[in-house]
Amino acid sequence: MEKTWNNRAWFLVLPVLVLVAFSAVIPLMTVVNYSVQDTFGNNVFFWAGTEWFEELLASDRFWEAMVRNLIFSFIILAIEVPLGIFIALNMPKKGWGVPVCLVLMALPLLIPWNVVGTIWQVFGRNDIGLLGYYVNKLGINYNYVQNPIDAWVTVIIMDVWHWTSLVVLLCYAGLVSIPDAFYQAAKIDGASRWAVFRFIQLPKMQRVLLIAVLLRFMDSFMIYTEPFVVTGGGPGNSTTFLSIDLVKTALGQFDLGPAAAMSLVYFLIILLLSWVFYTVMTNYDAER
Amino acid sequence: MNLDLSWMAWTWPTAAFFGTIFLLLFGMAAWEYVSPGGNPRVGVLRFETTRGDRLFLSLLGSAFIHLAWLGLVGPNLWWALALSVVYAIGVFRYV
Repeated sequence: MEKTWNNRAWFLVLPVLVLVAFSAVIPLMTVVNYSVQDTFGNNVFFWAGTEWFEELLASDRFWEAMVRNLIFSFIILAIEVPLGIFIALNMPKKGWGVPVCLVLMALPLLIPWNVVGTIWQVFGRNDIGLLGYYVNKLGINYNYVQNPIDAWVTVIIMDVWHWTSLVVLLCYAGLVSIPDAFYQAAKIDGASRWAVFRFIQLPKMQRVLLIAVLLRFMDSFMIYTEPFVVTGGGPGNSTTFLSIDLVKTALGQFDLGPAAAMSLVYFLIILLLSWVFYTVMTNYDAER
Repeated sequence: MNLDLSWMAWTWPTAAFFGTIFLLLFGMAAWEYVSPGGNPRVGVLRFETTRGDRLFLSLLGSAFIHLAWLGLVGPNLWWALALSVVYAIGVFRYV
């Protein structure tokens, strides 16, 4: 029997198309238009061609921010993923402890980014902050306002505090979905704790771990609010990540052309990563 | 109604760029209408791609080719455009 094709249902997508056009396509077109021009305000523009892109690609400031961002994302993943798995493995699977742990884990995720930044900005201060004051009392010279390493440590600990819960909750969801029969079979075979983790729990968590790794990578690659509130990108430029640099260029210096060029390059990198994310996910599903 | 779009700062080259993108999308829609299903296949990347995936890869790759040319060679982008066309043909043929 010949299959009937009817594409009229595509008209149902029209409202979304209109919404996306106004919220994403038109702003993106404007950014492209700005990226090849220069302006001093009042809607007066001068053609600049590819000048802003050339300037950006030759800019040490841009590449340094990019490298900082990649290092930050790598450190974040190296800490949050193993720590998230460890906490999820040790969370109770039944009883009253389950809701208590879940609520405690969910709490940092419910706090707005700027509030997290403010909490850690005060917490890390060495005059009135609980952390900063006592770390200095222990004889460690800690000052995130002046020392770049201290600033990095503060921003990393803050991100770990804020986002490890997401990895924990995803891993926990993967763990509780493992049927008891797997553990019973492992017990009969006399499997060690490590063998249970390596051959039962880790493979069953693979899918959620993939989501966790990619979500955390993309989110940390786009991080803005928390480090901006705590360090403002400093000391110097030591915690200036791509998004902070972009906002400084666009709103601080009002260099709309260079900022638009930077936005587009940043957008292309995110688009590439999103495509990798989508492809890995869909192919993993297809293999299953 | 006077629709003032001056804030969008349109130029002829960027209008031509978006016009080409929309023409490509329109062409893909027409192709899909004539030959529905998206022609899925497994190519050199070892996973299934449709015509839409191949167009996306072509456009994304072309953007990076242009950026790389601009950063490594210079502002004359005609050779980068030619390279992108060859790359897109390769993607549609082998991916």
